[in-house]
Amino acid sequence: MWRFIGLRLLQAIPVILAVITVTFFLVRIAPGGPFSAEKAVLPEVKAALEAQYRLDLPLSEQYVAYLGDLAQGEFGPSFKYPGRSVNELIGAGLPVTAELGFYALLVAILIGGTAGVIASLRPNSPQDYIPMTAAMIGICIPSFLLGPLLVLVFGIYLDWLPVSGWGDIPGDKILPAITLGSAYAAYIARLSRAGMLEVMTQDYIRTARAKGLPEWQVVIKHGLRGGMIPVVAFLGPAFAGLLAGSFVVETIFQIPGLGRFYVQAAFNRDYTMILGTTVFLSTLIVLFNLLSDVLAAWMNPRLRSQFGE
Amino acid sequence: MVTDTITDIAEAEKGTSLWQDAWLRLRKNRLALVGLFMLLAFIVIAILTPWIAPYSYEAQNLDLGASPPSAEHWLGTDVFGRDVLTQIMYGGRVSLAVGFLATSVALIIGVTWGAIAGYVGGRVDAVMMRLVDMLYALPFMIFIVLLMVVFGRNILLLFLAIGAVEWLTMARIMRGQVQSLRQQEFVEAAISLGLSPSTIIRRHLIPNALGPIIVYTTLTIPSVMLLEAFLSFLGLGIQPPQTSWGLLISYGAETMEEYPWLLIFPGMALTLTLFSLNFLGDGLRDALDVRGSKD
Repeated sequence: MWRFIGLRLLQAIPVILAVITVTFFLVRIAPGGPFSAEKAVLPEVKAALEAQYRLDLPLSEQYVAYLGDLAQGEFGPSFKYPGRSVNELIGAGLPVTAELGFYALLVAILIGGTAGVIASLRPNSPQDYIPMTAAMIGICIPSFLLGPLLVLVFGIYLDWLPVSGWGDIPGDKILPAITLGSAYAAYIARLSRAGMLEVMTQDYIRTARAKGLPEWQVVIKHGLRGGMIPVVAFLGPAFAGLLAGSFVVETIFQIPGLGRFYVQAAFNRDYTMILGTTVFLSTLIVLFNLLSDVLAAWMNPRLRSQFGE
Repeated sequence: MVTDTITDIAEAEKGTSLWQDAWLRLRKNRLALVGLFMLLAFIVIAILTPWIAPYSYEAQNLDLGASPPSAEHWLGTDVFGRDVLTQIMYGGRVSLAVGFLATSVALIIGVTWGAIAGYVGGRVDAVMMRLVDMLYALPFMIFIVLLMVVFGRNILLLFLAIGAVEWLTMARIMRGQVQSLRQQEFVEAAISLGLSPSTIIRRHLIPNALGPIIVYTTLTIPSVMLLEAFLSFLGLGIQPPQTSWGLLISYGAETMEEYPWLLIFPGMALTLTLFSLNFLGDGLRDALDVRGSKD
C-alpha cells in the first residue's frame, strides 16, 4: 500500500511541475502588462513596481525565483490589489469554497448514492426508471441554468430561501449546495447503480444471503462496500469538477469564495492571482485524485493484495 | 436438391451486418429515436436559420422592449425588443457548431493518438499513454479559462482549447480497441501482405473500431456544448455581437425576476439538445455494443 502511495506521489510531482511551468510562461506571454493600462506612470514608479513584481529580471530568473517562492508556500503579491498577497486572497476564499464543496458533495453522495442503490435493487422496474430518469435530467441541466431556476422558484416566487450570500442569513447555503451538488448526485446515482448491480451477483453476496442475513444487511454491509468503489474512484475527478462548478455557483449566488476570485482575476487580468490560484488549485486537484485512487484501492481487496498487503 | 439445401443454408447464414443489427436495436429504443429526430430537427433548423428565422438577427424594437410570448413573438422579446426565438435560433447555430467542430478536433487527435499508441506498442505506447495520464490529472477547466484570458476570447481558440481537452478519453478508447484488433488474423494477414502501418490503421483498424468511436463522439458533443455554455455564461466564451445558448442563459439569468422567459426558453433549447444527445449516445452504446450482442 505504501509503495502504491509513494509511486503515485512520484507521478504527481511532474504533473504539478508541468502545471507551474506552463501556467507561468503562458501568463508571461499574455499581451499587455499589468501596468500598461495605467496612463503616464512616472518612470521611477514603474521601475519600482517592476522590481517589486520582479519584472525587471530576465524570464528564466523570474521563473527560478517563482519556484523558490512556491517552495516556501509564497504565491507573491496580487497585481490588482496592491498590498494584498495572493496567499491572503486564497486564505480568504478557500474556507468558503471548501465548505460549499463539502455540502455539495454531501448532497451528491446522500441523494445520488441512495437513488442509485434503490434503483439497483429492482432493475428495469419503475423503482429503477424513475430515479435514473431523474439522474439523466440532473446531468442535462447545467448548474448555470439550475441555479437561476432554483433562485427563481424557491427564492423569488415561493420566497422560501435567500437568493444570495453565504452565512449571512440562515438557509442561504442550501440553494448553492444543491445547485453545485445536483449534477454529481446524478453521476453518483448512475455509478452506484452500476456498481451495485455488478456486486450483487457475486458469490459472497449469495453466501451472505445463505447465512440467513436479512436483505437490508446484505445490501448495506456486504453490497455497499464493493458497489461503492466506482463512486469513490469518481470522487477525484468530481472534486476537479466541483471546483470548476464553484466558479459558476459562486458567481450566481455572490459567494466570496475562491472560484469567484478566480473568475474576477481572469476578468481583471490579475496575472499573479491567476498564476497563484491555478498552481494552488491544480496541486489540490492532483492530490485529491491521488487520495481518491488510494481510497478506491484500499476498498478493493483484490487491488490491495496487488500492492503487497 | 443439393442446390436447394445450399441456398437454404446460405439464407439461414446470411444474417445481418453489424450496422443493420445496430439500427434494428436502436429502432426499438424509443428514447434514443426521439433524441435522434430532435437532434436532426435542431440541426436542420440551425442550418436554415438565415432563411427561416422570423426576424432578422439585428432587428431591434426599442419601443416594444421586453414583452412576454405573443402571436408576433412566439417566445417573447428581450429588453431591446429583439425576438427571442430568432436569438435562440442564431445562438443554436453557434452552440451546435462549437459542439460539432470541437468534437471533431478531439476526434481527430484522439483517434490518431490512440491508434498509433496501440498499433506501435512497446515504449512508444508507454510514453504516449503516460502523457495522456498526466494530462488527465490536469485541471482543464482552469486551463481553458487561463487560455481565454491569455489569448483573448477568440471563437477559433475556443474550438481548439475544448477539442484539446476532450481528446484524452478518445485516445484511451481507441488504443484499447486497436490493441485487441491488432492480435487478429486479418491484421496479421495485412502485415504479411506488406501493407504500410498507416494503411493498416486507416483501412483495417479504424473502421473496425468505429462503433465505440461513434458512441463516444455522441457523448462528447454534449459535454463540449456544456463547456462552451459554461464559459459563455461566465463571460469568457462567445462574445457579442455573436450569441450562443450559454450567453443567452447568462443574460436571461440577470433579468429573470422581471422577464423569466428570457431565461427559460434558451435554457430549454440547451437542455433539450443535451437530452437528445445523451439519450442517443446511450441508445447507440446499447445498439452497437459488440460484446453484448450476437449471442
